[in-house]
Amino acid sequence: MPEIELERYELLEGPAYRFEPERSGFELERRDFFKFLGGGLVLLLALDGAASAQESGRGPAMRGDARPPELAAWLHIGEDGAITVYTGKVEVGQNIRTSLAQAVAEELRAPIGSVQFVMADTDLTPYDMGTFGSRSTPLMAPQMKKVGAAAREALIDLAADKWKVERTSVSLAGGKVQNNASGESIGFGELTRGQKLMKTVDGAAVTPAADWKLEGTSAPKVNARDMVTGAHRYTSDLVRPNMLHGRVLRPTAFKAKLTSFDAKEAGQMQDVLVVRDGDFVGAVAPDEVTLSKAIAAIKTEWSADPQPSNKELFAYLKEHPTAQRGGGEGPAAGAPAHGNIEQGLQAADHKLDATYTVEYIAHVPLEPRAAVAEWNEGKLTVWTGTQRPWGVKSDLVEAFKIPEDRVRVIVPDTGSAYGGKHTGEAAIEAARLAKAANRPVKLIWTREEEFTWAYFRPAGVIDIRSGVTKDGLITAWQLDNYNSGPSAIETPYDIANHASQFHAADTPLRQGSYRGLAATANHFARESHMDDLAAAVGMDPLEFRLKNMKNPRLRAVLQAAADKFAWGKANSEPNRGVGLACGVEKGGYVATCVEISIVASDFLGAEVAPAPPKVRIDRVVTAFECGAVVNPEHLRNQIDGSVMMAIGGALFEAVEFANGRILNPRLAQYRVPRFSDLPVIETVLVDRKDLPSAGAGETPIVGLAPAVGNAIFHATGTRIRSLPMAPKGIETTLVSTARA
Amino acid sequence: MELVVNQKRYRLVVDPARMLLWVLRDELELTGTKYGCGEGQCGACTVLIEGAPVRSCITLASAAAGKEITTIEGLAQDGKLHPLQEAFIQADALQCGYCTPGMILSSVGLLKKTPQPSEPEIRRALHGNVCRCGTYPRIIAAVQSAAVQMAAGQNSGAPHA
Repeated sequence: MPEIELERYELLEGPAYRFEPERSGFELERRDFFKFLGGGLVLLLALDGAASAQESGRGPAMRGDARPPELAAWLHIGEDGAITVYTGKVEVGQNIRTSLAQAVAEELRAPIGSVQFVMADTDLTPYDMGTFGSRSTPLMAPQMKKVGAAAREALIDLAADKWKVERTSVSLAGGKVQNNASGESIGFGELTRGQKLMKTVDGAAVTPAADWKLEGTSAPKVNARDMVTGAHRYTSDLVRPNMLHGRVLRPTAFKAKLTSFDAKEAGQMQDVLVVRDGDFVGAVAPDEVTLSKAIAAIKTEWSADPQPSNKELFAYLKEHPTAQRGGGEGPAAGAPAHGNIEQGLQAADHKLDATYTVEYIAHVPLEPRAAVAEWNEGKLTVWTGTQRPWGVKSDLVEAFKIPEDRVRVIVPDTGSAYGGKHTGEAAIEAARLAKAANRPVKLIWTREEEFTWAYFRPAGVIDIRSGVTKDGLITAWQLDNYNSGPSAIETPYDIANHASQFHAADTPLRQGSYRGLAATANHFARESHMDDLAAAVGMDPLEFRLKNMKNPRLRAVLQAAADKFAWGKANSEPNRGVGLACGVEKGGYVATCVEISIVASDFLGAEVAPAPPKVRIDRVVTAFECGAVVNPEHLRNQIDGSVMMAIGGALFEAVEFANGRILNPRLAQYRVPRFSDLPVIETVLVDRKDLPSAGAGETPIVGLAPAVGNAIFHATGTRIRSLPMAPKGIETTLVSTARA
Repeated sequence: MELVVNQKRYRLVVDPARMLLWVLRDELELTGTKYGCGEGQCGACTVLIEGAPVRSCITLASAAAGKEITTIEGLAQDGKLHPLQEAFIQADALQCGYCTPGMILSSVGLLKKTPQPSEPEIRRALHGNVCRCGTYPRIIAAVQSAAVQMAAGQNSGAPHA
C-alpha cells in the first residue's frame, strides 16, 4: 500500500451503514473498454514497477472490472481531434483540472483549451485511491506528462508514415503536426481519422521544467466560466427525472441506538415515504417543506451512553490511550529517538516544559455533503462530492452487498472539501432512500448535519521538554503528541538529543483528515516553543532558528520571508507585535511572518461589561518552496486560501460539544474567517525548476498559527498555548497610547 | 403566485412556507443559487430583488412574488458576461466556485449603489458572504477591476453600465 498518514482515521472506518442484502438477478456485464472511446488514438499508461508504489491505477476496486488492469491513466485523441484524458482524480477547487490539462497540453504542444478531462467516474476512469495529501501534482502530473509525451510521439509516427519522411522532420506546434521540410501541417483529428490505434506508454521523454512553455504559467481556471454563470452543476444541483428529495432523521446523540419508532403520522402524509432499516431512519418527499414536516412527524426515541465534553477533553485524551490505529501497516508513529534526552537536558543552561492544546475544528465546505442516487435495473449510480470515489464505491458495495460492477460513482467538480469529504455517508443515505422509493433521490446535508455528522480535525495535547545553552544551542528536545497526529512531528532543527512520539487516544468525537493534518498542531507547538527558547536566551527568533538549522531549503524560505517582511527593521510600537514560524511538510518548505495588532473590541451596540481586546492580523508574508512551480497564480491562490483558513483555526474556530452533541452546529455559532479578517497577504514563491514539483494545497497552512502566537507574545508578553488562541479576545490590557 | 425571474414570468402553485431559494432551485431549476447554511449567514444563496442583494434561503418565495428577481443565470446578456463575471475569471477570484454566484450578485448590488467603492466599502458589503477557500483578496481585486471596467463602459455607452 502507498504510505497513508496515520491520522486519516476516516479511511479505516467501514461504511456508515450496512443494510440487508438483496439478491441480484443480473449477470455480471463485462463492459467493453473501448465502446465509449470510439475510434482514433488511445494511449494507455500502464503501471511500471516504480509506479506500482503509487496510488492510481490499481486496487481492490479493479476486481470484476472489464478494463485492462494496472492502468494509471489513458488519453484519447478522437477522429475529430478532441483530446480527452481520463483520470480518477477529483476537482474540489484545488484546480488540478487546470494544472493537469497544462501538463498534457505542454507535451502535445497544444492549447490548454484543446484538452478535456474526464475525472472521477468509476465506470469511465482508472482507479484512484483518492485526491488528498497533496499528491496530485507530485504523482499524477508526471503520469499525465508521460501520456501526453507518448501521444506526441505516436502522432509523429503517424505523420512520418503519412508523409513518408523521417520522424525527425516532423514536429508538433500550436495543436498541429507539421512537416518541417515542406511546411505542410495537419490536425490531430485528420491524422487519427479511421484509426483504432492503441498504444502503451513506453517512457517517451517528457519536457523538462526548464523548457516549459505552458506549465509554469498562470493559465486561468479552465471551467471558470461555468462557475461564474451558475452553469456548473455541483452534485447538489443535479436533477434526475422523477427525482425525490431525501433526508435522514438524526439520532439525539452520537452512537445512540434507536429504542422507539413510530412513523404512523408521517407515513400517512401525501407523497411521503418513511424508510427504516435498523437504526437508519429517513424519508423522501417531493419538496423540502414536505420533507421537513415528514421528518418532524416521525416519533423516535434513542438511548446513548454518557460522553465527554470540551471541558474535560484534554485530560480525557491523555488518560485514554489506545493502540495505534491501522495495526502495523501505518507509518512509524514518531521519529526515532536520537541521542539521550536526559543528558541533553543536563547540558542545558535553560530548560523549558510546556503543554499545548488544539481543539477539534470543522472543515465547513461551503457545499455540504450531498448525493444523488439512482437504481436502474439493479445497477446503482451515485453522484456525490467526495475525494475518494472508489472508497465510496466500496462503501456502497459493502453497505448494499451488491457486486462491484453494479455500482458507479461519479464526482462532479465539488464545492470544496479540505480533507473533509473522504467518506460516503450522503451517498449511502441517498442510495438507501432511492432503493426504497424506487426513484432517484437527492440528499443534501443541512449545515447543521455537516457540522455534526461529518468528522473533525483531531483535537490534541502536545507536551514539549527542551533544553538550550546560554549561547542558543538546543541540546534536548522531546515532543509527545496525544491524539492530534504524527504529521510533521519530527523537528527540522539539528538537535543532538531529540525524540518525538505520537500517542493515539480514544477520541470523544469522530475525527479524520483536514488540510495539513496534524502538521498544523505540531508546528504550532514546536514553533511556539522555539520562540520561548529564543526569549529564554535573549536571542532574536530568526537568528535563533538559523543557528539551530542546517537544512538549506528551509533556511532559504525563512530568509526569503524575513527579507520580504523586513524582519527586525520595524520599531516596536505599543499593542503591535511581529512573529515568525517555519516548517516542512509533504515536500514543501514554508516560512510565515506576521504582524498583528491588539485592538479594542469592535463590538457593536451596548456594552454591559468591557469586552476583552481582540487580535487583528494586519499582514502575513509567506515564503514557500515546493520544487518547480506549475501554475504561479493558482499556487498563490492556494497560499492565500491556506492563510485565510489558518486564521480560523488559529484565532477562533472550535467545535463545542457535550455528551454526544455538538453545541455550535451553525454558521451563526461557529465563526469562519470573513472579509473582516483578511490581512494584507504577501507571498514569495521560491521556484526551484531543478526539483520535482510537490503538492502545495496544504503546507502553507502550518506556519500561520505559531507565527500569530509568537506575535501575540511579542506584543503582550503573554504566551498562548492553546488553539484557538483568542475565540473571545485575549486576556491582556491594552497599552494606552493616548498622551496628555 | 407569480415570480419574475431574470425577466421571465413564472406562474407557480407552491406551499406558502417555501423559501425562495428552494423554489428557484427545485421548481425553476435555476441551480446557480446555492444552499450554504439556511440561516442567511454565508451569502451563497444571494439573489437580487429589485436590484438589492437578498438572502433567498430566508426569504419566503411569496414575499418576492411579483418583484423583479435576478439570479446568477440572468446576469450575462446574450452570451456576454457581466463585467463582474469577467473580472472574477481574470482575477482568479474562485477556487471551488460554490460561493461565486452569491459573491458576484452581492458585488453587483454594491456597485449599483456605490459605483467606485473603496476597499473597506467592498469588505463591508461582502462581509456576509463566506468564501471558505479564502479567495477574499482576489475577490476585492475583481470588484475593483470591474468597477473600473463598468465606469469605462458607461463612458462609452456599452451595456452593463
